[in-house]
Amino acid sequence: MDLAVVLAIQVLYAIASLALISLGLAIVFGMMRVINLAHGEFLMLGGYAAIVGTHLGFGLWVSMLVLAPAAVGLIGVVVERTIIRFLYGRMIDTMLATWGLSLFLIGLTTFVFGNTTVGISAPFGALAIGRYRTSAYTLFVIAVATAVLGGVYVVLRHTRLGLIARGTMQNANMAAALGVNPPRVYAVTFGVGAALSGLAGGVLAPVSGVFPTIGVAYIAKAFITVIGGGAAIVTGTVSAASLFGTINQLATFATTPVFGEVALLGAAIVLIRLLPQGITGRFFRRGL
Amino acid sequence: MSARAGTLAGLAAVAAFGLAFLLLAPHWVELDTLLDLTVYMIMSILALSLGLVWGYGGILCFGQAAFFGLGAYTYAVAMVNIGESTLPFLLAIALPAGFAALLGYFMFYGRISDVYLGVITLTVTLILFNTVNSTAGPEYHIGSARLGGFNGIPSIPPLNIPGRPEAALDLEGMFYLSTALLLATYFGLRALLASRFGRVVVGVRENERRAELLGYDPRLYKLATFAIGGAIAGLAGCLFANWGAFVSPTIFGLAQSAQIIIWVIVGGRGTLIGPILGSIAMEWLTTTLGANQTTGTGGLADLWSNAPLVLGAILIGFVLLVPRGLVPTLADGAGRLLRRRLPAPAAAPAPEVAE
Repeated sequence: MDLAVVLAIQVLYAIASLALISLGLAIVFGMMRVINLAHGEFLMLGGYAAIVGTHLGFGLWVSMLVLAPAAVGLIGVVVERTIIRFLYGRMIDTMLATWGLSLFLIGLTTFVFGNTTVGISAPFGALAIGRYRTSAYTLFVIAVATAVLGGVYVVLRHTRLGLIARGTMQNANMAAALGVNPPRVYAVTFGVGAALSGLAGGVLAPVSGVFPTIGVAYIAKAFITVIGGGAAIVTGTVSAASLFGTINQLATFATTPVFGEVALLGAAIVLIRLLPQGITGRFFRRGL
Repeated sequence: MSARAGTLAGLAAVAAFGLAFLLLAPHWVELDTLLDLTVYMIMSILALSLGLVWGYGGILCFGQAAFFGLGAYTYAVAMVNIGESTLPFLLAIALPAGFAALLGYFMFYGRISDVYLGVITLTVTLILFNTVNSTAGPEYHIGSARLGGFNGIPSIPPLNIPGRPEAALDLEGMFYLSTALLLATYFGLRALLASRFGRVVVGVRENERRAELLGYDPRLYKLATFAIGGAIAGLAGCLFANWGAFVSPTIFGLAQSAQIIIWVIVGGRGTLIGPILGSIAMEWLTTTLGANQTTGTGGLADLWSNAPLVLGAILIGFVLLVPRGLVPTLADGAGRLLRRRLPAPAAAPAPEVAE
């Protein structure tokens, strides 16, 4: 019984962390059809922002929940203005340019921070469930993921900002005719996506530690979650993250973490083959 | 000069230069330079494989390193087991080709479009990397070859003359073999692309729907191109395993895949000489940058010696500013200059608006 609870928490955590690392990418891909291969590095930068902030004395919570998204969001806007905006509608070229950006950022962080793992200890300590102990921080990550997903849904669905963003992505010319400034919407959307990546990187930094090439570990998982989820941002991310997170955690439980990861990637390939439009291309089509 | 004569002159120039290089280089340079040149030749073969698949087939494969690594590992495992290199050499080409065909069947017959193709090839590379990386224990072995996990497989026996296991290739022999195979690959691909098959492949790249309506099956042509690309990458992997007598999982890594893409972008898509020149230039640059890496002073020199930073900047710069790559851009520029110098005699008063 205790084991079942622990396993359930682990599965939930796997789902939450997948959703968290994918959401920024999902927004940028779902709304702007831009594939950002530097997404993993945005997460990495979020982690560094949280750690640097903590060392500068801002406190863990401020660094993680405010500084990390703000810093990476700012970087995102700069990247959109200097690189991405020249490449709208050229999906492959965007992938290549952002891959270059990813290498560039890895090189830059190695130069600044060195090629070592830095970490901060996770708060809250341990949580006892019967005979087992698990980190209470796990529950915090699940809570943050839920809050962020809910927040994005509400903003997109029920606010004027979300309406303008969705309208611009559907038909930029029409939106421009109605008085919206599409380039600004693009820049803000990309910035928001980057900020969410920064937040995810910050929140996960105490769990995984941060080093310059950690983005590589994130990018493939985030990528397949977004592609597997399909066009709908929130529903797609949640459904794909649930599927892949469960598979990953159960396979990890049965074998080793490495084969858990391999099972996740394998499942993703099969899913993309069966549902090229992603889960929300077939099911939950009216989702958002 | 007609286009055909131009093509022939180009081919003759490449052949003459290639043969001269093959025969003369070992006499002119020191042994360590020859070793560097050998790896340039091997990487050029790898670059040609993506040059075919992406530049002509229009299939953006983010995981060309998977076939390269598979070729290297196949050779290593088979060679350790067999000890005579004919069969391992052939297997190192056949297995990646078969794997590419399987993957290609899965992707092209599922009608998966370019972006998803990129994702799948990337994912497959990561699966291979993760799997091989975690096979460090002695329980993971194929025959008598231990996979070694992240430690890799050391001291792989070199290639030998078919049928004579005692006549192993030395370093100079490796140079001759790699250069000869690069030339063979280059001219083989030129012949392939000039054939009916090659024309259809390019036709599918230009407009898949139209090719299909004309009665060609684009899936089959893409599958064949992809498998040939896999075979060439496997060949390069086999040579690479020979060159260093060592393979490790990093050759499956994303960094390796990124490099191949950078070579092709820099050199130019839709040419074969472009990827070769791109790979040589970039490999030379990486070696030069890496050689400076020991300064460790934290100054500007350190920033410059940071290979990912420089390669990333090059990739961004080329996508934004020279998206077609050096060779096509330069060829266009040269062609325009020539035409301006020598106005065509027949079309004298034609106005400029025709551009």
